[in-house]
Amino acid sequence: MSVLLIAEHDNTAIKKATLSTVTAASKLGGDIHILVAGHGCQGAAEAAAKIVGVSKVLVADAPHYNHELAENIAPLVVGLAAGYSHVLTPATTMGKNFMPRVAALLDVAQVSEIIAVESADTFVRPIYAGNVLVTVQSKDAIKVVTVRGTSFDTAPAEGGSASIEAVAATPPAGLSSYISQELTKSERPELTAARVVVAGGRALGSGENFHLLDALADKLGAAVGATRAAVDAGYVPNDYQIGQTGKIVAPELYIGIGLSGAIQHLAGMKDSKVIVAINKDEEAPIFQVSDYGLVGDLFSVVPELTQAL
Amino acid sequence: MKVLVAVKRVVDYNVNVRAKADGSGADIANAKMSMNPFDEVAIEEAVRLKEAGKASEVIAVSMGVSACQDTIRTALAMGADRGILIESDADIQPLAVAKLLKALVDKEQPGLVLVGKQAIDDDSNQTGQMLAALLGWAQGTFISKLELGDGSATIIREVDGGLETDSVKLPAIITVDLRLNEPRFVKLPNIMKAKKKPLEVLKPGDLGVDITPRLAYSSFREPPKRKAGIKVKTVADLVDKLKNEAKVI
Repeated sequence: MSVLLIAEHDNTAIKKATLSTVTAASKLGGDIHILVAGHGCQGAAEAAAKIVGVSKVLVADAPHYNHELAENIAPLVVGLAAGYSHVLTPATTMGKNFMPRVAALLDVAQVSEIIAVESADTFVRPIYAGNVLVTVQSKDAIKVVTVRGTSFDTAPAEGGSASIEAVAATPPAGLSSYISQELTKSERPELTAARVVVAGGRALGSGENFHLLDALADKLGAAVGATRAAVDAGYVPNDYQIGQTGKIVAPELYIGIGLSGAIQHLAGMKDSKVIVAINKDEEAPIFQVSDYGLVGDLFSVVPELTQAL
Repeated sequence: MKVLVAVKRVVDYNVNVRAKADGSGADIANAKMSMNPFDEVAIEEAVRLKEAGKASEVIAVSMGVSACQDTIRTALAMGADRGILIESDADIQPLAVAKLLKALVDKEQPGLVLVGKQAIDDDSNQTGQMLAALLGWAQGTFISKLELGDGSATIIREVDGGLETDSVKLPAIITVDLRLNEPRFVKLPNIMKAKKKPLEVLKPGDLGVDITPRLAYSSFREPPKRKAGIKVKTVADLVDKLKNEAKVI
């Protein structure tokens, strides 16, 4: 038994979701090898070698592995997968993009976004927007699995000393090319990794008003998120979206402001440790999952709260 | 250029699904069923391509029980030209769906396949990518913008960090996100018209595809329930609770 884990990284550092995936892999038993595919990714490979629990780092360094285009990454992973019992990667937009392509090329099923490992072939995953959990057993020879980062502790990023080995690059598929990206710049912690999350809904009313949450978030060292309704209305960019089809967050403290708590949003935040809801509608479903609810007008409550902290 | 769109019949997004008491499945026997919202966006995009003169024909495909014909009829009422149902009472998992779609693509030779990025029942987010793999085509996933060019398409993808623009060679598989467009409301005359549009019914065996499930599902259950907490009266109370009771700030 051995696990091939495809790292999410930015060529210089390893993303936090990768560390959670290492923890999931460690529950399977057997060696854990990490593949770092990128361009100029030696820094990320060296970082991967220090993760506790990893025994080998495979590095595929080539221009066409930059930006993780699925058409180029998938053949590389498929070529390496034969020697492994499991192939794992984080259920981020990167993993969700290339991993099913790997599974289909291997003619195996994929188990998406697991939240627990029951045994080497049996996992738990949420379905129906997290309203139902189900146990899934894979009957395939190679288990292809994506892992929900918030459901597993992060493996220690320092302390390991894995060997680093270069692997030959597969040729570019020539099917797709990267043009540009427009990444949201923020001084705040990343949404999925933040200790505190402040999220706003449609009741904020405008992008301008969302800055009210920025002031509160700055006081708390929090990330700012949003409901789909607020993103659709154009108040904030798409990468703010928390929910069934957006990001999954599970911070120590989640503060939901001016959002009703639609099931699709709850799917993305209900594993938070402490939930606070601020809403002027006392019947809002968000109060049913909140530890502390405050019924009131957000436009007076939020500045007052910011002041009080 | 033909455009093929896959549409799934799922429990309506407003339904709060529960597990059956015996854990044998999700309790959806009497639930309202609808087209997967992501697939509605895919159909809308295909119909807009046809209206803009960039697509010659829109084919809506669904798989599953015979009631999936309703889902296809909805797609036809939105503007798709014809439908294909691959009828089966069996559990058709994403890899099998991708194989069935590949068989149809081989037969119909579309220049573009549009699918929703995920279905809101099993939340797998796999089918489009698997189909692209089986065909050896490019895949543009989670897109909020599509521009068809000559032999390629420019897409904007919604990724964790923001937006990414890529170019994909055609033919391609595109999986759509909700912000790509706003699907139209279906008007009554179009529902009537849709009843007359052709709808072909096939069996998985007709396409020579083995749909045996690879994943065994068991112990359907509720996630641990959160208890509703308390309501506080003032901001000062809230700060006090967070500091001294929850100890999170």
